Amino acid sequence: MKEIARSDVEYVAALAQLKLDDAAADRLVGELGEILAYMDLLNELDTEGVEPMMHALEVTNVYRDDVTAPSLPREAALQNAPRTDGAYFLVPRILDQE
Amino acid sequence: MTGAADPMQGDGNTVSTEFEAVIGMEVHVELNTRSKVFCGCSTNFHAPPNTNVCPVCLGMPGVLPVLNRRAVERSVAAGIALGCTISRWSKMDRKNYFYPDLAKNYQISQYDLPLSHDGVLEVDVVSPGSQTPSASKRIRIRRAHLEEDTARNTHALPGGCSGVDFNRSGVPLLEIVTEPDIQNADEAYSYLISLRQLLLYLGISDCNMEEGSLRAEANISLRRPGATELGVKTEVKNVASFTGAYRAIEYEIARQRQVLLDGGTVVQETRGWDADRGVTVAQRTKESAHDYRYFPEPDLVPIVVDAAWETEIRSGLPELPKARRERFATALGLSSYDATVLTATRAIADYFEAVVAAGAPAKPAANWIMGDLQAVLSERDLEPSDAALPAAHLAAMITLIETGKISGKIAKDLLPELVDTKRPPEALVEEKGLAQISDAGALRELVRKAVADNPGPAQDVRNGKTKAVGFLVGQVMKASKGKANPKVINELLQEELTSE
Amino acid sequence: MSRDWFGCTAHEISDALRSGAVTAREVAQSCLDRIDAVDGRVQAYVEVWRDEALRQADAADARIQAGTAGPLTGVPVSLKDVLCTQTGATTCCSRILEGYRSPFDATVVRRLQEAGAVFLGKVNMDEFAMGSTTENSARQVTRNPWDLERVPGGSSGGSAASVAADETAISIGSDTGGSIRQPAAFCGCVGMKPTYGRVSRYGLVAFASSLDQIGPLAKDVRDCATTLNVICGRDPHDSTSADVPVPDFTEALTGDVGDLRIGLPRECFTEDLSDVVRGPVIQAARTLEDRGATLVDVDLPLLRYAVATYYIICTAEASANLARFDGVRYGYRDPDAKNVQDMYVLSKSRGFGPEVQRRIVLGTYVLSSGYYDAYYLKAQRVRRLIRDDYARAFASCDAILMPVTPSPAYRLGEMLDDPLQMYLADIYTIGVNLAGLPAISVPCGKSSAGLPIGMQLVGKAFDEATILRAAHAYELHAGIALGRPALAG
Ligand SMILES: [Zn+2]
Repeated sequence: MKEIARSDVEYVAALAQLKLDDAAADRLVGELGEILAYMDLLNELDTEGVEPMMHALEVTNVYRDDVTAPSLPREAALQNAPRTDGAYFLVPRILDQE
Repeated sequence: MTGAADPMQGDGNTVSTEFEAVIGMEVHVELNTRSKVFCGCSTNFHAPPNTNVCPVCLGMPGVLPVLNRRAVERSVAAGIALGCTISRWSKMDRKNYFYPDLAKNYQISQYDLPLSHDGVLEVDVVSPGSQTPSASKRIRIRRAHLEEDTARNTHALPGGCSGVDFNRSGVPLLEIVTEPDIQNADEAYSYLISLRQLLLYLGISDCNMEEGSLRAEANISLRRPGATELGVKTEVKNVASFTGAYRAIEYEIARQRQVLLDGGTVVQETRGWDADRGVTVAQRTKESAHDYRYFPEPDLVPIVVDAAWETEIRSGLPELPKARRERFATALGLSSYDATVLTATRAIADYFEAVVAAGAPAKPAANWIMGDLQAVLSERDLEPSDAALPAAHLAAMITLIETGKISGKIAKDLLPELVDTKRPPEALVEEKGLAQISDAGALRELVRKAVADNPGPAQDVRNGKTKAVGFLVGQVMKASKGKANPKVINELLQEELTSE
Repeated sequence: MSRDWFGCTAHEISDALRSGAVTAREVAQSCLDRIDAVDGRVQAYVEVWRDEALRQADAADARIQAGTAGPLTGVPVSLKDVLCTQTGATTCCSRILEGYRSPFDATVVRRLQEAGAVFLGKVNMDEFAMGSTTENSARQVTRNPWDLERVPGGSSGGSAASVAADETAISIGSDTGGSIRQPAAFCGCVGMKPTYGRVSRYGLVAFASSLDQIGPLAKDVRDCATTLNVICGRDPHDSTSADVPVPDFTEALTGDVGDLRIGLPRECFTEDLSDVVRGPVIQAARTLEDRGATLVDVDLPLLRYAVATYYIICTAEASANLARFDGVRYGYRDPDAKNVQDMYVLSKSRGFGPEVQRRIVLGTYVLSSGYYDAYYLKAQRVRRLIRDDYARAFASCDAILMPVTPSPAYRLGEMLDDPLQMYLADIYTIGVNLAGLPAISVPCGKSSAGLPIGMQLVGKAFDEATILRAAHAYELHAGIALGRPALAG
């Protein structure tokens, strides 16, 4: 498998909305490289034709009925918001799109 | 300056001599379930911000989704109506991206196993403003999958902030994706019309573009005729109406054409339709935003729609527009035009059928509903429905005409009152003494008087100028306050004027 | 009061409550006093609910008076901080959730409350349950009550330490890859991970949704069984909670193992296992054999692939589960954030600790375009093979006996700098999570340094009863008396 590069780590961190300082990025390149190299162990196994296992429990078709249940009072919904005007969750101005 | 140099002069139908457009549509419709797709919050559109929210649709720590059975059934119903293959086995997946309107920063959607796939919608191709079909077109449906809607961002808040309202978060959304079978703006427009009609028939969505319960996007690329490879596509978003979609696609085809004619290359990007300026504008998106890292949603179990469940859903479907149109034409003898108009919505078709079922012959029923009733109702801002005028009343009125009890003219005059009072027509006719006079004895006096009072026209008739008969009939009608049976008057006039 | 109620098992307390020998308030007060006395050194609790505990105790006393008490009525319980509670804060011991108030109680919390349990407070854990030492907590470092210079294990380290230090009778933890069983082994208590789907996950802040399961840590097997009776069962709020009948698990505690075949996986007793653990674990198997059980050799050839498989799947799921902590609706928002992008990046980068960030990056990587098939999909396929591996082993036995950990508790700081070494130490516990099976960790001895050693019994899916029976019989007949930690400073 391909060696992990610093740019890979930075790309993935950006996907996850994480910003690593230089020291952390360097460290992570090393650690991730080691961990991913270890994970290549799985390539020893022939998994051709093996159905991927998505769930530990083999159950299908679990639904709820289309009935309404009480929502939260708005104060409770907004209770933990870092910023709110009492009606909306406030975020810095969203640019672009819509 | 040539027309070709100005993208605004573009015309989707003439471009094809040099380039052909390849268009695929993605339509999102909110399913009109009572509760959201993964929680019990109401889907009511008109609630104050953040009042239809709970820990689940706010994506709070520790919550789990539980799938709404009706959302699955309505999705499957749409798939069946679109002629799709229903997946026996499907699943929900997580689509990962960050946006403030996305409660969990992943959207629960479907990736590789949609609920339904490989269907087709047959579309009568019309243009905005003209409802007469120019052609018929089969547009293949690639897939229809279930997902959750996002919250709504508001930008017009004081203090330079954006606000997020999670009422819409978790409303069930069906995404319907076509194959790139659409070749011009007319076809795209017509597809949207037909799709909305179908979904409204199914009763699974309000399809209200203004409220955002139907949203359309178009993927557009151009290629040389005969080329097998697709050109670079752009994705056009933000259309707020079907005509807006039409205009946006017209514009974008012309724009791409101009880029290519100028020797440039089309950039793969998302473009927003600016309806005020009539242009599409490139939207800035981050490059990394498209690595969605789909993976199976571990909090939800697979969806298995076996043959029995599919049959159950299928048997619950209403008759679809195409089948109904054909039945109206063949079984009820309506013209193709009448059948189309009377199946435009499920409501009008249901109403028409109720009137027929109540005893009215199909053709007069069709004429009344499409003509005078439509006019009376639209003055009152009403749609043909039992609430506006009970179908039994309209049928009774038509029967009164058909049996000669009242004249068409009287019926026409009576219609507004029938609508306004909701009283049975027989009672109104009785009360107002509007019944048609067909008794020859009662009418002969009036006929003789008309002949006597109008010697000129009477003489004309005797001289073989049959046109004058109409005048004399009119005089008798007038004298009878419209109640005389014109057929009987005609017979009596013939007797009076030829017996000498 | 003649007894130290804080040191009693739940069933001892329950018996005493019903006989009128003590009140629930006295028991709760005894535990609160014990917390005051020792938690400064153990550091198990991140929040002590004094008033709430006494209020619940009074309610329990009323139920006892009214004759409507159940086996957990009036019994003190501590809750891992990963469980949503309307009382107090729910932080997962992360800075990003500092001060977060859940608007709802987890289903297990509600069920325990309905059973009359008395909650003493929230206990420490590795941040978002990611870790094996509880050193990844943003709150404090919990000490192993048996040796305050050692870790209690993790991620349910606060749970295990609070039980071992007699700061509660029962604790509720969560186990994604051994997070109940490993700290139970390190701290000398009993810890159980039920079958995936047995216990509702609603209100458990998710780490890896397809692996997470809630379970009890207790002073003995009977208390585990009693707690399972209360917390197991289908919950309409959790689509993955199984609609399988829940037996009375205490009825399985017969002391008889004469009909049981106990499998010993060859792969678990290689030279990778330290002698200090091997000895007591083998001895535990002999004890069961002495009571009539049949020991059989079984094979788990895929054991060596479990760590790689597990860390691909759990980090992938975690990368999505933790995406919601973005500073919009709750949690930490960095005050420097001037735009949406900064809000995400600064809040996450400053709100999550290093191990959480490491796992998010790893999980994002294995799901990212171009690597999905090679890592995530591959791991899902191997996961099925591992499940089949256990199924094959269970064809010839009723329960599998194996170590919980390769070694006893580590020194503080010992594992911090080598994540891969730390992951590899999960070798004996994570296969069970991948296969979704129930497993129980039971103390089976002490090292010469006085550190507890645990052994693990793994059962077939939804057959908790058999491993509870075997564990209870072992406990009954082994004559292992660990004693009490001295808690010397
Ligand atoms: Zn909700």
